[in-house]
Amino acid sequence: KSSVQTVGEEQIQNPYTELLVLKGHQDIVRFLVQIDDCRFASAGDDGIVFLWNAQTGEKLFELHGHTHKITAIAPFSSSDAFEEKNHLIITASADRTVIVWDCTSGRQVQKVSCFHSTVKCLTVLQRLDVWLSGGSDLCVWNRKLDLLCKTSHLTDAGISALVELPKNCVAAAVGKELIIFRLSDSNNESEGWNVFEVKRLVDHQDNILSLVSVNDLTFVTGSHVGELIVWDALDWTKQASECNFWDSSVHPDVQPEIKLSQSPNETSVQHLTSDEECVFAAVGKGIYVYNLQMKRVIACQRTAHDSSVLHIEKLPNRQLISCSEDGSVRIWELREKQQLPAEPVPTGFFNMWGFGRANKQANQAAKKMQENTPVYFLELVGDLIGHSSAVQMFLYFGELGLATCSADHLIILWKDGERESSLRSLTVFQKLALNGDLQLKL
Amino acid sequence: MISAPDVVAFTREEELEDDLYREPPLPEEYSVPLFPFAGHGANPWAKVAGSKFTRDFILISEFSEQVGPQPLLTIPDDAKVSGTFDLNYFSLRIMSVDYQASFVGHPPGSAYPKLNFVEDSKVVLGDSKEGAFAYVHHLTLYDLEARGFVRPFCMAYISADEHKIMQQFQELSTEFSKASECLKTGNRKAFASELEKKLKDLDYTRTVLHNETEAQKKANDKGYYTTQAIEKANELASVEKSIIEHQDLLRQIRSYPYRKLKESEFHPYEPECALDRADTGCDQDSAPSDPAETSETHLYTHIPSYTPKLIKAKSAKCFDKKLKTLEELCDVYFFTQTLDQLHHIERTFRGDVCYLLTEQISRALLKQQSVTNFLFEDVSFLDEKPPEKQYRGCQGLSQDTMDGRCLEESVTPKVVISLGSYKSSVECVPIKMEQEMEDSEEPRMSESVTSEPQENLDYLDADIKGSISSGESIEVLGTEKSGSGLTKSESQASLPVMASPQAGRSKVGSRRTVSEDSIEVLSTCPSESLIPEDFKASYPSAINEEPYADNDDERGLRFAPRLSPGVADERDDVSKQESLVQVDAACCIGKESPNFLEPLPELGQKPCEEDGVVRIPPQPYRAAEQGLRGGFPAHDGVPGGLLPYELDSRYLSGSREVSKSSLDECSDSTSYISSAASTCSDRTPSPAHAACQAGERHRKRAGQNALRFIRQYPFAHPAIYSLLSGRTLVVLGEDEAMVKKLVTALSIFVPNCSVYAKPVKHWVTSPLHLVDFQKWKLIGLQRTVSPAGVNVLHALSRYSRYLSILDADSKTLRCPLYKGTVVARLADHRTQIKRGSTYYMHVQSILTQLCSKAFLFTFCHHLHLPISEREPEESVVNRRMNFLKLQLGLANEDVKIVQYLAELLKLHYIQEPGQGGSPLLRFDYVPSFLYKI
Repeated sequence: KSSVQTVGEEQIQNPYTELLVLKGHQDIVRFLVQIDDCRFASAGDDGIVFLWNAQTGEKLFELHGHTHKITAIAPFSSSDAFEEKNHLIITASADRTVIVWDCTSGRQVQKVSCFHSTVKCLTVLQRLDVWLSGGSDLCVWNRKLDLLCKTSHLTDAGISALVELPKNCVAAAVGKELIIFRLSDSNNESEGWNVFEVKRLVDHQDNILSLVSVNDLTFVTGSHVGELIVWDALDWTKQASECNFWDSSVHPDVQPEIKLSQSPNETSVQHLTSDEECVFAAVGKGIYVYNLQMKRVIACQRTAHDSSVLHIEKLPNRQLISCSEDGSVRIWELREKQQLPAEPVPTGFFNMWGFGRANKQANQAAKKMQENTPVYFLELVGDLIGHSSAVQMFLYFGELGLATCSADHLIILWKDGERESSLRSLTVFQKLALNGDLQLKL
Repeated sequence: MISAPDVVAFTREEELEDDLYREPPLPEEYSVPLFPFAGHGANPWAKVAGSKFTRDFILISEFSEQVGPQPLLTIPDDAKVSGTFDLNYFSLRIMSVDYQASFVGHPPGSAYPKLNFVEDSKVVLGDSKEGAFAYVHHLTLYDLEARGFVRPFCMAYISADEHKIMQQFQELSTEFSKASECLKTGNRKAFASELEKKLKDLDYTRTVLHNETEAQKKANDKGYYTTQAIEKANELASVEKSIIEHQDLLRQIRSYPYRKLKESEFHPYEPECALDRADTGCDQDSAPSDPAETSETHLYTHIPSYTPKLIKAKSAKCFDKKLKTLEELCDVYFFTQTLDQLHHIERTFRGDVCYLLTEQISRALLKQQSVTNFLFEDVSFLDEKPPEKQYRGCQGLSQDTMDGRCLEESVTPKVVISLGSYKSSVECVPIKMEQEMEDSEEPRMSESVTSEPQENLDYLDADIKGSISSGESIEVLGTEKSGSGLTKSESQASLPVMASPQAGRSKVGSRRTVSEDSIEVLSTCPSESLIPEDFKASYPSAINEEPYADNDDERGLRFAPRLSPGVADERDDVSKQESLVQVDAACCIGKESPNFLEPLPELGQKPCEEDGVVRIPPQPYRAAEQGLRGGFPAHDGVPGGLLPYELDSRYLSGSREVSKSSLDECSDSTSYISSAASTCSDRTPSPAHAACQAGERHRKRAGQNALRFIRQYPFAHPAIYSLLSGRTLVVLGEDEAMVKKLVTALSIFVPNCSVYAKPVKHWVTSPLHLVDFQKWKLIGLQRTVSPAGVNVLHALSRYSRYLSILDADSKTLRCPLYKGTVVARLADHRTQIKRGSTYYMHVQSILTQLCSKAFLFTFCHHLHLPISEREPEESVVNRRMNFLKLQLGLANEDVKIVQYLAELLKLHYIQEPGQGGSPLLRFDYVPSFLYKI
């Protein structure tokens, strides 16, 4: 019995009425990264990187170079104003190499293979024109792939996440610890850099899974047991923490057995995203909206998906997109309580095959939230069903659409059918004019 | 020698028609030609009644120098086909009108025998007694052992339907030319290799003889030659001469390609290039490692394995030896290729003529709809054949729309017809002219004619196209009656035909003399002794004609004056002489091909024949033709001219009853046609196209199944709507046969997404995936109870928003609501249509309507883009919806159908030819409903 909210077959607000399936990968696709306005790269366990055109779905390049699965990917655009804009992407793989690719030519620019362990995260510090690789140690590289400096060996587990902080600092999640490093020019040499550990924060009870910078003053971490801590980015002190998202004790009407059945997996903070006001956390199967001002969860959807939410993203238009291991992508809208949502339209046909979900409870979850979230709630406005396996990540391209990648080796480009249709009309008439077919032929 | 069985028949027919036309009362457009044999209770379309064979067939005959005309084989090779029809007799008939001047031998003034590369002659023959009409294609093959090195053959397409032969003449001619070209190519090779062998033999013989003479010389020291020695020397000399002759022949046969290159219509035979031959359509495999090519190379080069034989001074007389078979004459490979081609012809022209014509017309029209035709048409069926010919044929039918290209390609034939009266064109040049050209020019002018032949050939070619008839025995058709003073005996009627070609010829090739012309006619006579007489016979006629020809300023293209009554007297004496040598008085119909201008008037004038053969095809054919006239300019001019829409709006404005009744009418008439077609000569309505035979059968079956589906399932409409709007329909069931049947039935409603793949999958057993819905719009899915089956069902429910599901077992359908009207017309369960093929046509016509709407919608600029920069998007959207609803008259969900088709059109148009284009899936978030029986 599932309490997942469902949306009817009629989804007026869902603009995605056209899809393109991009085939190419031969294993789980884990990463999607935007290169520029209309290109993105995908990478996954097959070690291949693909570059795609987000508008047409055309495969631009197929980058081979890694022999193992890809563990991290980061775009690296040159900031030189006078130079032609040069798009690079950096990929790290389990084969202990890092490769820099040129997105324009599709060539491998350089390959570094002097790592002692797998690089698990990559961060580009545009401001300093350097990039960092985090594995069992933290290395700092410049654009030409010179190793500028590195830390001593930290742990075998290695750095799982990195985030840039003000004042040339970075926060690295190493197991349960959060270590703050500072980069600085070495005294005399012009290109010399130093990295040293500034502070070690040990407030988390379990492994830190997600790390996100909210603004120049704050950053947020989330751990495997569902702790969410808001940090001051300048003095690295704990501003606030929330650690009982899942705790049903605050919701008296929830059956106790649910609490018992909760494993850490269902409470882990898988992914965090934020806008200026709120932090959006993917916790287990649910989505929680934590308001930084009010320092509390203002809205949540405790079972937003059938299984763990892997990635969430806030859209400019108060919408939130989440994707999950259950293979679906859902579009939510953060609404104020005053506007009572329309009852979801019953489909009536799900039961036909015996697999239907009862939709009686469709709105119950939202109702339950009332006391906890007096002002806001998350309304499901649409879902995208296409992948047959866990949706690992997605990339929002604005009006170009949405790219989702999944464990079923596919990438799906979801597009606004209306827009595409009129774009095609435009192309048709352009082509007609080009061919001279518009003229009357006698 | 040869009788004239049709003489009586034709005069009778004439009288009959005269009677008919003496009644003046109704204006012509209202006069329905009476069916005078109604009393017999005969089916007016039962043309078979008169004929002794059951269906059309192809006959290959030879004029054997030993036994005379004999049939060699028929296609199809089935005794049932020809039935009681006397093949021997018919062979005699068709072989006796061979106007190929196979003039080979020692021409006067030439030292060596000359080979002539003779063009085939194409004539139409009729034998109304036998109920047989034939397109006859004469050709000559070379055989070193034959008299004059030539063996005359002919291929004939024999049908009970004269009209068919006439209408399809151009097509038949093209197809048979391919077959003939193939045979001749093989023959030339075989001939060349035969010559080479012979040369080796001769060479060897010469060596032997030489040695013998030398030996004799040595042995004989008496100082004088013995008779033996003289004999030997003579023998040697004759062998030497023979060698030179054969070398010359070899050179000639090898020089063939260079002489033929000038003519573009015939594919030059080039030994180096096997591909060219492939172009002629004779052989399907054009791979460079062609067996032909290898054989070619070694045929023309040395054959080391051949051991020369000694040739006896006196060769066996021709009656002793066994003549080569056709297969030996032209190389097994080419022979089988030819047979394939002939089988292809047989299949292509099977069926009733109106069927063939409508097929050709609709095909030609569909070809023009390159933007939309991929949606519902079987494109392979469209692509299959080079369209040119049919296109032209179609254009030719409507004489007011002859376009420039048409004129350009075949100017001369048109001119012939438009200048002269129809009558004259019937008769103008019955005799094949090319060979004549060669006959006359080669010996006389030897090398100096290089520039002239081209010009002449053009003209001659035109003549050949313009009229095909034999001299003596022309069956003068209805047109003859339109000519004023020509109610003479048929011997007279036959006369101008004899004469006119000469006029034309003397105009064209001024150097040609009459004697050559007559030779060519006579060459069909078995006895050589006749030749001198015939010289005399035709000589005066030619003389008589000369002045007329001179008066003609159209370079002999106009023959009408010669037929004027005044000339008749002049000709009488000629005709007497002619009758002496009347080689063949068999009825021999000469008429131009349907592509030319006259068939319509003729139809009106000549409603029937004396033996119950109705010559007017069923009416719809004419309707189609007329429709074509109206339709063509619109199609040619404006891209997607408004014609379909105009028709359509009228259609839509009518009440539902009206539309239904018109539909029913339409369906009735179509079914009538098909039933009529099925009763005619072949008894099986068959496709105009060989390869689409399977397609035809499929269509029929699909139509039948679809009819059944519509009658059985009350929810057929939403199901069809799903298909038309691009929502994948899954047919779920346990029984494979049942599911496949349903899928077949529904497949006729599925629009193609691209040119290449029909998005239909008949049977799937594994769980469906999203990618499948992109590829397939109609899927048959297995339902099983096993755990795997659970997965299948799970996938179905997961992707239910993209699918409509038709459960064949429980007879339910889950799909979106449909409230439109288009599908109701498409699939009316009360339809009176009974036959599958008829229903298929009905569906096709409605789908074509939809296509034209989608076309209009897609390519109206302002419906998609703002008129001015500032125009808001909403007003464009409003305009678009207004157009769809008001202009196109689409209701509710019908809009979505057209929008979907428009999307497909856009994608198709945008798509670059090379790339397949990424398949995209469009869908709607609309609720589905469950329908039950």
